[in-house]
Amino acid sequence: MTWRVVARRIAVALATLVAIVVFNFFLFRALGDPAKDLIRGRLPPEVRQAIIHDRGYDQSTFTQFTRYIGDLAHGDLGTSNISERPVTDELGDAIPNTLLLLSLSTVLSMVIGTRLGIIAAWRRGRARDTWIGQSSLALYSMPDFWLGMLFVGVFAGGLAWLPGGLKATPGGAGGFAHWEDVGKHLILPTLTLTLGEIGQYVFITRAAVAEVMDSDHVLTARAVGLRPLAVRRRHIVPSARLPIVTQIALNLGFVIGGAITVEALFSWPGVGFATLNAIADKDFPMLQGLYLTTSVLVIVANLVADLLYARLDPRVRTQ
Amino acid sequence: MSVAANEAAEAAERILASHTGAWGGARSALAALLRTRRGQVGMVLLAVFVALALFGPLLAPQDPNAASSFSTSGAQNLEAPSSVHWLGTDESGRDVLSELLYAARISLAVGLAAAIISTLLGTLIGIVSGYRGGWTDRLLMALDDWVLVIPFIPTAIIMASLLGRRAQDWPLGRESVLVLVIGALGWAGTSRIVRSQVLTLKERDYVRRARVLGCSDRTIMARHILPGVLPLVLANGVLYVSLSVLAETTLSFLGLGDPQSFSWGQMLNDAYAAGAMTDGRWAYFVPPGLCVTLLAMGFSLIGYSLEEIVNPTRRERA
Repeated sequence: MTWRVVARRIAVALATLVAIVVFNFFLFRALGDPAKDLIRGRLPPEVRQAIIHDRGYDQSTFTQFTRYIGDLAHGDLGTSNISERPVTDELGDAIPNTLLLLSLSTVLSMVIGTRLGIIAAWRRGRARDTWIGQSSLALYSMPDFWLGMLFVGVFAGGLAWLPGGLKATPGGAGGFAHWEDVGKHLILPTLTLTLGEIGQYVFITRAAVAEVMDSDHVLTARAVGLRPLAVRRRHIVPSARLPIVTQIALNLGFVIGGAITVEALFSWPGVGFATLNAIADKDFPMLQGLYLTTSVLVIVANLVADLLYARLDPRVRTQ
Repeated sequence: MSVAANEAAEAAERILASHTGAWGGARSALAALLRTRRGQVGMVLLAVFVALALFGPLLAPQDPNAASSFSTSGAQNLEAPSSVHWLGTDESGRDVLSELLYAARISLAVGLAAAIISTLLGTLIGIVSGYRGGWTDRLLMALDDWVLVIPFIPTAIIMASLLGRRAQDWPLGRESVLVLVIGALGWAGTSRIVRSQVLTLKERDYVRRARVLGCSDRTIMARHILPGVLPLVLANGVLYVSLSVLAETTLSFLGLGDPQSFSWGQMLNDAYAAGAMTDGRWAYFVPPGLCVTLLAMGFSLIGYSLEEIVNPTRRERA
């Protein structure tokens, strides 16, 4: 992979990032009015006015914009209206929790989903293909959070085996017992998100593999007399990897959407849960910071997928 | 399976080859659809939900919006299923089955309306972008890339919560906000597909001839390009209905819908707030989610089948 390719991908990601930053500023001002909408409670008029002045909401849009960019350049995202802590500190608490849940479930669903997709394509039109296809469609059509509600109903409500919310038991022990507790709290959200995302990986993989199976080089490999499993491992799966990676990258935005609802359902203290709290609390600086974080997560994930693509595709690699 | 697939393929050829008018095409597409297993299941599911949306309020034991449906004493709140209330009652003493039946209309209407908006937008942008080319194309596709990369649900959450405060006196209240937001964020995939189809269509002889004869660009786009992309647009639009239904459910569950109206997502929001899962009130939170799942599945099945019929490259080679 030449450095020029890498540099170009990074440049595109940076341009998108700049656009996101600008969009983040104007979205909130085009659809709402921070001075009116996003300060909570019945404050005395002079206190409200003081907050508005302190935040600069009484300045011209241009002045506010330059201030926003200036603060951002210093890594300052403002202060939460509710906790009165810097937004960056709040994000520092929330991001690792989201990444933990998201990476665990994404890895699990990707591994299982692509595996099932390969099997379905391999057994195209047979019982196993139909069975995998139907259950994937059913999982794909379920709202993620509803699947989670079913799990909570069974495992937290009925059987009372697992906790149905939060990251740890409040006031629980420290040390190793704490991590064991967190692990237990992690099971249901991870299971929900994994099953919720699995369907798309099955569809993507099955379509990509089925397409490659019809191509000439696979026909040749078969005609030459290679064993079916060798054909699959050496000639089908490597060729199918490219479209799979691209499609998965395109879907990452949706995965984050699923994570938000699952976090909301389980009160898992991540970015999505914080977003909903910020909306309920009319916490404007938090909301802006959280949205920026989510967008950056998606851009970074897309960049990684892009670079991976460049690494996998010999046409790009040697370009 | 392979016989059905072949027949579907033949029907597709007829649709693509014949310029016998939209009705002939639609009829043979429907016939081809009903010949596949997936199409049949999808159409049955769709028919059931359309019937529910039309007649649900007539079948419902009570009108959940009426004051008489509420339990004033609180004695009938969160009742278990019984012969009077088949699915029990909610936290205000209202009949859950009635809410479920009333919700079919809202969930289906919001899903359809949002999908129609995004499909119209996507078709328009795709045709203009592909046909005009040049800077128009580059600008529109940059916008397209942009909409594809911003995370859908987080953006929708923020737009809906900001707009929701202003929507009290809009027609349909906050549900129309959801329609607008889902519609406005969902066109990018459609325009991509339409554009690539337009790029091949505009080099066809009949389009070139129309240009030589002096047809205006607008006439060419409306009369000669649009009919060529319509089958693809339709298949894609049907697929997008299922995504819109799911998006509406998600946003309502997160509390961004209209608390005064009934959609399945709103019911799930209420059930969650009432602690239905930990209390084992299965009859309260299972049916709404099941309805959403089956409705989304129905539209997906029809959409995938239509896509195979109208788009030969997607068709399985049996």
